[in-house]
Amino acid sequence: MSPRPPGADLPEHPDRLWNAAEPKSSYDVVIVGGGGHGLATAYYLAKNHGITNVAVLERGWLAGGNMARNTTIIRSNYLWDESAGIYEHALKLWEGLEDELDYPLLFSQRGVLNLAHSLQDVRDSVRRVEANRLNGVDAEWLDPRQVKEVCPIVEISPDVRYPVMGATFQPRAGIAKHDYVAWGFARAAAALGVEFIENCEVTGLRVSDGRVTGVETTRGSIAAGRVALCAAGHTSVVAATAGIDLPLQSHPLQALVSELLEPVHPTVVMSNAVHVYVSQAHKGELVMGAGIDAANSYRQRGAFHIIEQQMAAALELFPIFARAHVLRTWGGVVDVTPDASPIVGLSPVDGLYLNCGWGTGGFKATPGVGWCFAHTVAHDEPHPLAAPFSLDRFVTGALVDEHGAAAVAH
Amino acid sequence: MLLIPCPWCGPREEAEFHYGGQAHVAYPEDPAALSDEEWARYLFFRDNPKGVFAERWSHSAGCRRWFNALRDTATNQIHGVYRVGEPRPVAS
Ligand SMILES: Cc1cc2nc3c(=O)[nH]c(=O)nc-3n(C[C@H](O)[C@H](O)[C@H](O)COP(=O)(O)OP(=O)(O)OC[C@H]3O[C@@H](n4cnc5c(N)ncnc54)[C@H](O)[C@@H]3O)c2cc1C
Ligand SMILES: [Zn+2]
Repeated sequence: MSPRPPGADLPEHPDRLWNAAEPKSSYDVVIVGGGGHGLATAYYLAKNHGITNVAVLERGWLAGGNMARNTTIIRSNYLWDESAGIYEHALKLWEGLEDELDYPLLFSQRGVLNLAHSLQDVRDSVRRVEANRLNGVDAEWLDPRQVKEVCPIVEISPDVRYPVMGATFQPRAGIAKHDYVAWGFARAAAALGVEFIENCEVTGLRVSDGRVTGVETTRGSIAAGRVALCAAGHTSVVAATAGIDLPLQSHPLQALVSELLEPVHPTVVMSNAVHVYVSQAHKGELVMGAGIDAANSYRQRGAFHIIEQQMAAALELFPIFARAHVLRTWGGVVDVTPDASPIVGLSPVDGLYLNCGWGTGGFKATPGVGWCFAHTVAHDEPHPLAAPFSLDRFVTGALVDEHGAAAVAH
Repeated sequence: MLLIPCPWCGPREEAEFHYGGQAHVAYPEDPAALSDEEWARYLFFRDNPKGVFAERWSHSAGCRRWFNALRDTATNQIHGVYRVGEPRPVAS
């Protein structure tokens, strides 16, 4: 008897969640970028609006950008009404998303603490709690002892350089598994007829008489009735091919994980003053991040001194982490606006729609922005929750300034 | 981490510097005369190229002087630095 070839006894390949498509010559809607936002937009275009002749063009592989690089914090406790509107809409969708997509997302409402370390922090935080409540967003102000009850490993001694003076707590906030979210949306959208075309970089937008007519790509030209940009950190590059300038700056944002540890951290802790945020993934890694690298860059990596600073901050808040080892660090390219709020809506070119500027905090918005952006594309008119995030707010001055207001990014 | 050649002090670690964004953005000569669109462009719009970018740095933990650099944002390679007031060199 001849020996069996290696691998002959392996089980069958599991069912594919979607099938890679060859580009057709034309689509009703082309979505540029297969991250979370592009996938969610495709899903809701098909599901809510019956628009299924849709292609998602992705220059790499699906969800290989920031969608697979973020630290998965989900919350809706933003200060301003406009932000509360869209982020709370997203959080409500998250609460039903596993059922909606019939897919596990490891969505875990373990709460988010935003620590206050100075009198000004305390005042801003209490104000934000009141604003959140008026907007129907769950929010509590906790004193240091209560903070310790929610998260026993936080150092609340008054003797450290930036003592914890309290925290806001949003119990419904939490984390989810980002790649599952991408797969869930991709599978559900594919089932409704959406096509995914990977390794297909959009190199130019075709515009004639002020109206978009299609895209040039590394896999040929594709005609499109409408084009929806979901290219995150590369939006400026794509928009520039249609002569559109956007108030965006692209920066690396880094994150890191520790080796796998026993469950020690039951919630999510964010601190803007000490500047780190930490949660513990289901698998056991401590997941940490902080701020962007200061200089503009399209490199998906940042400088090590940024990592060093965030580790120092983490140790100040969590002395128990002193012996934990860093397993891996990485970066993504995020598109930052002057007011730290996104741009979602119409563009100066008819049939071309903008969804960008989510910077360091767009993962949490994924279902909400997919919902609102799909509506915007389908109706050629901003969804009411997206309307405040128009491009022309930078001319009218109606900014949604979450920079100072939200206390923390992400 | 970038190794940035300060035009006065020579190559130093990025951690000694403070970033100043796009270079050569002049304050409008007559701000009150600008339209809302022009004011928005001055205030909020900066170039964001994937490629060579003229930008400002301050050697804040060194000589504390501002200067300009030409850096490629796709590779982070610094093509050259020049002092404030000097013309932008042609990128090699
Ligand atoms: C380290 C890090 C931590 C973060 N932490 C959080 C967090 O805790 N909570 C939170 O809410 N947010 C967080 N974010 C932000 C969040 O990841 C982003 O706002 C969000 O992922 C952006 O939407 P997206 O998923 O569609 O982006 P992406 O996944 O980046 O999708 C954009 C896609 O467009 C593709 N693309 C670009 N140009 C082209 C082109 N020319 N042609 C075709 N395709 C193109 C890219 O390859 C990419 O796949 C974090 C980001 C990073 C980098
Ligand atoms: Zn110097």
